[in-house]
Order: sequence, then structure tokens, then C-alpha cells
Amino acid sequence: MRAPAREGSATGLGKRLARVGVSGRGLVVALPYLWLVLFFVAPFVIVLKISFSDVDLAIPPYKPLLQWAANHTLDVRLNFNNYAFLFTDALYVDALLNSLKVALVSTGLCLLLGYPMAYGIARSAPRTRNLLLLLVMLPFWTSLLLRVYAWIGLLKANGVINNVLMSLGVIHEPLAMLYTPFAMYVGIVYSYLPFMILPLYANLEKMDWQLLEAAEDLGCRPWQAFYKITLPLSRNGILAGSMLVFIPAVGEYVIPALLGGPNALMIGRVLWDEFFANRAWPTASAVAILLLVLLVPFMMWYQNVQARESASEP
Amino acid sequence: MGNPAGLVKAAPWKDPGVRPYVEIEHLTKSFGDFKAVDDVSLRIYKGEIFCLLGPSGCGKTTLLRMLGGFETPTSGRILIDGEDMTGVPPYERPVNMMFQSYALFPHMTVEQNVAFGLKQDRVPKVEIAERVAAMLALVKLDGLARRKPHQLSGGQRQRVALARALVKRPKLLLLDEPLGALDKKLREHTQFELISLQDQLGVTFVVVTHDQEEAMTLAGRIGVMNHGEIVQAGTPTEIYEFPTSRYVADFIGSVNIFEGKLVEDEPEYVRIRSDELGGTIYVSHGISAAPEATVWAAVRPEKIFMSTSAPASADNAAHGVVQDIAYLGDLSIYRVKLDSGKVVRVTRPNTTRHAESITWDQPVFLSWDATSPVVLTT
Repeated sequence: MRAPAREGSATGLGKRLARVGVSGRGLVVALPYLWLVLFFVAPFVIVLKISFSDVDLAIPPYKPLLQWAANHTLDVRLNFNNYAFLFTDALYVDALLNSLKVALVSTGLCLLLGYPMAYGIARSAPRTRNLLLLLVMLPFWTSLLLRVYAWIGLLKANGVINNVLMSLGVIHEPLAMLYTPFAMYVGIVYSYLPFMILPLYANLEKMDWQLLEAAEDLGCRPWQAFYKITLPLSRNGILAGSMLVFIPAVGEYVIPALLGGPNALMIGRVLWDEFFANRAWPTASAVAILLLVLLVPFMMWYQNVQARESASEP
Repeated sequence: MGNPAGLVKAAPWKDPGVRPYVEIEHLTKSFGDFKAVDDVSLRIYKGEIFCLLGPSGCGKTTLLRMLGGFETPTSGRILIDGEDMTGVPPYERPVNMMFQSYALFPHMTVEQNVAFGLKQDRVPKVEIAERVAAMLALVKLDGLARRKPHQLSGGQRQRVALARALVKRPKLLLLDEPLGALDKKLREHTQFELISLQDQLGVTFVVVTHDQEEAMTLAGRIGVMNHGEIVQAGTPTEIYEFPTSRYVADFIGSVNIFEGKLVEDEPEYVRIRSDELGGTIYVSHGISAAPEATVWAAVRPEKIFMSTSAPASADNAAHGVVQDIAYLGDLSIYRVKLDSGKVVRVTRPNTTRHAESITWDQPVFLSWDATSPVVLTT
């Protein structure tokens, strides 16, 4: 039986593909899914598999899950000890709690800094607005690693900040800033600030400023109008920006490692150490899976906020 | 057209004993070199509906925003009920505004929107509930109290905005193009609702509009604005029948203006020789102008008679050919080209159902009464 030709422009290949049930539209839709399967689902399954394996002194350093044994049986060995272990040693729980704390504080700081900036940009004249947005995005033109190294140069004992303060006579010996929680927060807030500003700006930019005049007309002082009108109306922007900062900050590795010093106990660093220093791939995998499971609710919440935001548009 | 009956019983602006409620004194607002409002002085009386009417960019909205406290005057001052409002911020003025976009708070229900101003004033909760319910009943929104603004129609939103501004019992309610966003049918209906509401509450209204029909229906008095100045203020009838300038005559309704020279100027009448008309205009009232001065006679289209036979008098008469007819149902508009070349607009009500005898390209005679023209010197 011949498949009817759908379009006059269909090529020979297209016709042949159509005959086996593949359309151009289907291909386009399939591409992102293929990408996700290849680079997200497959690695995830591998990590999940390793997290249930036994450690082995071999290459790779773990034992297979499935093994053909004698008399035609397939032995499946799932080792839950890797997960149990995470809760017996306080290190992992501490690292996780500390990561959550650092992410939360960083998100709060980004919000405090980013909200006035986003507000200022949204209320500026259209011409300056584009320039200001460009300035917000400008740091992305340089690699994150280079920018973090630049902070080392600024914060270290004989770095720019200490030198300037000492030459001005404000201090007499250098402040210990590098390899402290302070340096780590500076690095995280600095790196993630644009992720807070941009969704907030996108939200505030849609705001009808006449609502503030209406609020003042009805008896609000300017700060009351901000608190009762602007803030609730920018709720979705605040949530979106906070999720965009919080989720990656929990697993942040580079910034605590470079600026926070050896005592910055973050789950990302624990994972790295387990994997590369201890070669404990199953433990490292279990940490990774646990982290993912913890962050999924936040990601779903963020998705929800995004869906609501686009649904509320007129 | 005409005054809403019974609204402003007397004419307080004609009685020097009555104190004006709102006094605007030499108010000017400049943006750089541009004078948006130029030395405006105006008195508005208690319980009035005063309309500021003018084309876009004439300064009417700036004037309204200065009354609301959203713009600071460059010079001059505003007194409301005897109190100087200069430097008083919007949130402390006894004035509320209904914004053109309504500016309803999208995250609040109808009820919360209306209660907002009262909560801000720390009115007791029980009283808030009572006043909001009464106000919603007044604007016929009782059933919609828990809806959000985006769940309402345009007309309902307009009523929420009105209720929100009125519930605070302001001394003065400012309305910026209150009916601009409504369609024509709804607009007409809402105009009369607005008037009856104002009558019940007795609040003084200042309305900004560019729609002359809206101004004529709503207003007790109209202030016609142009280039930041009030060019004429008066009742709709005064503005329409006795315009003081060609600008006002032309802006309100349509009008035929004939340029001419004053040939006879007596206390009881004037006679104007007009080449545009191709004859003389006789007006049964005197004016004060220099002899031989250039003046303009304005005649409204509905005051011109059109006939196929020649009129008796030589004054106030012209001959021409029907160039165009627009049939609007209730009336028809005729464009008659005079022998002088000038095109005159004539309207006739369609009082019978059968077609008129006057048709395209037909020669006709035009004439009007000696009381119909208005002589303008500017």
C-alpha cells in the first residue's frame, strides 16, 4: 500500500521517512528530548547505578550491579549501605545543612541587593535601561573561573583592598578576608546577582506604575505603596530570581573551594573529595543523588511559579 | 444636550456672595520651555460637575494632575474649601482621582480595591465593611465583590474605579476621561448613571475629556482649553450658542464661519458684508468693534434653512448647489457649494420617512434668522 503524498514539497527522503511514520515536526520535537536522554537521563542512570554498587579496587572503582552466576542466574546486588553511610557520618549531613544555609543566606543577600537594582533599571528611561541591562550581563563575557580568581587578587592579604586601606591609613595590618566565609559569600553573591536581577527586572518592567499613583491617591505614603502594591505584584519575580540563585548555590563547588578556604564545608566539595580524593565513586554518587532528590521540590516549585507567571499575562 | 436638570439648582458662579469650593489662581506648569498650563484661574463651586474640554496636549490632564497633587505647579496656587493645597502630597489631599486606565490593583478583589483607601485611613473594620457594601450596591456591583479585576468587563471595572474613589467621600473627585474606554452605547448609559450618582452624593466633580458630547452631557459648566489656557468657561448652552472665539465655535459642534467686514454697527443690529457668502449678514444684536473691522459670523448647520425657492430677504441668504449628502438616519448632512465657492454645511432632521425632494447637484437657496449668527471678533 502506498502512503498518500502529504505535501508537494516533500523530498524523496521525506516521503520515505513519512512512510515509516516519521514527520519533520516529530523530528524537531524529538531533538530536545534526544538531547535530554543522552546528556541528562543516561548520566543520571549511570550515577544512580554506581550509587548502589560496592567499592572495588579496580578501574572503574566499583563492582557491577548485575552478574551472570552459575546455573544461568542473574545476580542483582543493590548496596544501600552507601546511602545509610551518609547518615552515620555527621560530615555529610553537616555539609548538606551548611550548603543549604549558605545558599539561603546568599539568596537573601542577592535579593536585598538585586531588588533595588532591578527596580531602578525598570524605572529608568528606555535608553539608559538598555545600557544598565548590558552592564548587568557584561560579566558573563568573561569566564566564571577568571572572575573568581580576580576576587582572590582583590581580597588577599596583600591584595588591592588591603593595600588601598593601608595606604589610606584606615587599617595598620591587612584584614584576613580571603579563605573566610565572608570571601565565599562575596564570591557567590557577586556571581549569582545577575540571575536575581534579570527575572526581577522582567517582572517589574511589566508593572503599571499608575497603580502607585492610585495607591498614593487613596492615602498611601510612597513606602506604603511599595509595600502594598509593588512588592506583592513582583512576588513571582522574587520567587523566580530566588530559585535561580538558590538551586545552583546549594551545589556550588568552585567558589567555596577557591575563596572559602579549607573549612568551607559544602556538599559540592564533599562530593568532589569523595570522587577524586577518596575514589569512593559509590559514596560520591549517593551524595549526588541525595542532593538531586533534595532540590527536585524546589525545581518543581520554580516550574510552578514560571507557569503561573506566563498564565497571568493578559 | 443642555444642563442636567436640577443638578446645579442656581448658578453660583453668577452670585458673588457664594464662596467658590475650588479656587485655582494663576496656575502655571512648565516642562522645560513648554508651558503645559499657562496662567489658569478658575473657580469651581460645591456640587458642580465641571468639565475640562480640549484636544489632546491642551494641558487639561496636567491641570487635573495638579489638582490631585501628582504634579507640582511652577507658579500659582490651588485652594480647596479654603485650604491652600500647595505642597500637600496626594495622600494627604481631600481629593480622589479616577484614573483613565482605572488603575485597579490586580492582586486584590473588587471588595479589597474599594476598601483600600478606608483601610489606609484606619477606619474601623465594621465601618469599612458597611461603607464598602453600600458603595458597591450604589454602583450595582454587589454580586461581584469577590471577583478580581481581570474577571470583570470594561464597564464593571469603570464602576469599581468610581466606587474606590468615591468611598472615601472626597471633597473633590477628579475623573480623567472617565468613559473613554467604554464603547459608544455603554458610554451613553454610563453618562447618565454618573450624573445621578453625583446628584445623590453631592460630591464636586472635575472631569477631563476630549469628547465634546461627553462634556455637554455631564457638565454643569465646561472650561474649553487650548494651548494651556482656558479660552472660555460656561454652561454647555453658553459655550454652544454664544462662543466668544472662532476656536470655541469650531471646537464645539460644527459651524460655518463667514469672514466679512462690518458695514453697519448700530446698538440694535449689525450688518456684515461677506465676500465668502456673496451677500450681507444681518444680526439682531449690536457688538462693539471698529467700523470696517474684519469680523466673523458663525452660523450652526442646524440653524440654516434650505429651500428650492428664493427667500424674501436679501440679507442672510445665499445660493448654491448640493454637493454631497450624508444620511445619518435621524438627520442628514448636506454640503452646499455656494456661488462664491465656499462649502456650507447644513443639517436637516429627517422628520418624515420618505426621501427628500432635495438631491445631489440641485440648486438650492440657504437662509437663516437674524438671531442665529454669532459675531466673533477673534
